[in-house]
Amino acid sequence: MKIQQISLFAENKPGHIAAPMRVLAEAGVDIRALYLADTQQYGILRMIVADWQKAARLLEENGFLAKVTEVLAVEVADRPGGMAEILGALDSAGINIEYMYAFPYVRSAGAILIFRFADPDAAIAHLREAGLNLLASDELLNL
Amino acid sequence: MSTVLETSVADCHPASAPDYMSMEELHDVQLMRLRAVVRRAFQHVELFRTRMEERGLTPEKIRSLDDIVHLPFTKKIDLRDTYPFGLFASPMKDVVRLHASSGTTGKPIVVAYTKEDVDVWSSVLVRAFAGCGLHRGDIIQVAYGYGLFTGGLGAHYGAEALGATVVPTSGGHADRQIMLMKDFGVTAMCCTPTYFLHLIDRAAELGVDMKHLPLRAGVFGAEPWTESMRRHIEKMSSIEAFDIYGLSEIIGPGVGCECRRHDGLHIFEDHFYPEIVDPETGEALRDGEEGELVLTTLSKQAMPMIRYRTRDITRILPEPCACGRTIRRIDRIGRRSDDMLIIRGVNVFPSQVESALLQTEGTLPNYQIILTREQGLDQMEVRVEVTPLMFNDKIGALQELHQKLQGALDRVLGIRVRVSLAEAHSLERSEGKAKRVIDRRTS
Repeated sequence: MKIQQISLFAENKPGHIAAPMRVLAEAGVDIRALYLADTQQYGILRMIVADWQKAARLLEENGFLAKVTEVLAVEVADRPGGMAEILGALDSAGINIEYMYAFPYVRSAGAILIFRFADPDAAIAHLREAGLNLLASDELLNL
Repeated sequence: MSTVLETSVADCHPASAPDYMSMEELHDVQLMRLRAVVRRAFQHVELFRTRMEERGLTPEKIRSLDDIVHLPFTKKIDLRDTYPFGLFASPMKDVVRLHASSGTTGKPIVVAYTKEDVDVWSSVLVRAFAGCGLHRGDIIQVAYGYGLFTGGLGAHYGAEALGATVVPTSGGHADRQIMLMKDFGVTAMCCTPTYFLHLIDRAAELGVDMKHLPLRAGVFGAEPWTESMRRHIEKMSSIEAFDIYGLSEIIGPGVGCECRRHDGLHIFEDHFYPEIVDPETGEALRDGEEGELVLTTLSKQAMPMIRYRTRDITRILPEPCACGRTIRRIDRIGRRSDDMLIIRGVNVFPSQVESALLQTEGTLPNYQIILTREQGLDQMEVRVEVTPLMFNDKIGALQELHQKLQGALDRVLGIRVRVSLAEAHSLERSEGKAKRVIDRRTS
């Protein structure tokens, strides 16, 4: 159920995201979801890509600071209250979210929430108990 | 049985005999050599002769070691002013090697060696390596730059004279350095401490665990480094790290080196006579007092240096070392009198920045100090490269790291600095030596 995500450190300066993106583009790495967390000085680009091993290797070989982290992908109905439901389930179980981001997907009227938890195994158990659909890596990439 | 024999042979390398001379014997050798080198310089080096004559001195007036304080100092500027061969005391036909500084500003500094000088250089390096517990059978990788810089060739011939197997990789190509360390079963490494930190870092990225390599010793020099850096290196690589000291003007690496007690660096004072002086007044200080190290080459032929001002700040440790060597030690050199930065009136040394960075766990001291002046006020920025170990993909964790570094620097330096986190491998390096300070202040 755990999904591999690539996190990239970049200084908050013009061109600093473009350079690693060019490396991935030239190698034909497909980026499926992306989120940039930033401060005035630096940022972390989090990506879910089709071939994370290749992306991690390429970034490292080209001298970029990238790390592979494990996240969970939860399907949510694209309607008011959909997100509140999931957060409610986590809240009542006392599960702490380290960060999250969302992206819609077009083929169904749904959205995907990406979560990073301090304790992903506990989160998996509680999300399942609440009847929520957790996506495996291949499901997510074949949306 | 054979193990016992090997160990005892290693501990008493024949070349190490002068390390154990009695004080009386040592002083006799030093005085005899001092008088000879002063005579030689007086006869063959015009600059030295003129300065002696200005003081009404002749070589005959040097009758005891204490008389050395009457001799004029030699400074780096003298080597520049007499470029290229003005301080040579041997005809070129007797000079077998020339080395030179990289010469980033103007003309380089040139140093010369006769055959005998090269032999002395190798012999002090054998004594240095033997003191580090190295011997025939060791495989020593020399990753100092080979060429005009004295580090590479100096360490190379010393290691060969020791009887070790030398792997002359020179600097650069970290991945290849690591591959050879592993494939050749290298047991000792010679390079700058910052370059070794880089290799540790790179090995981790390549998935090579330094702790499980045959490597057991590192002989690091050519730049000042700290005790905390040693602890970090030893923890990350499971080797014993030794500090070696030297400078091209005197001979190159091998002027002094730590023994396995790691309690100061033994100066091979039968060849290099140490004094400590007040860096401002030039007045001689007593053993134990901190000041600028001044060295006189007692046996150098091609280019004798009389009372050379090293700009390195240290003190002489007069007490005998527990290792049994009688030659005196100096404290590790943490700073140079010309390293000092004055920021808003406060004295700051790059080594302070280093210890502050190392205090924060997991931080390799890969940093750069950038000085600027904004509206007439000095600003100091410390850029720190984020390593894979430090990197956490939560913004909060990075902010915490940032604050921790900021706090440690403010505490140690006593002034407010701007800390910034830099991308991996983004800070400049030159010849394996980290470029630590960029001063953009215009005076």
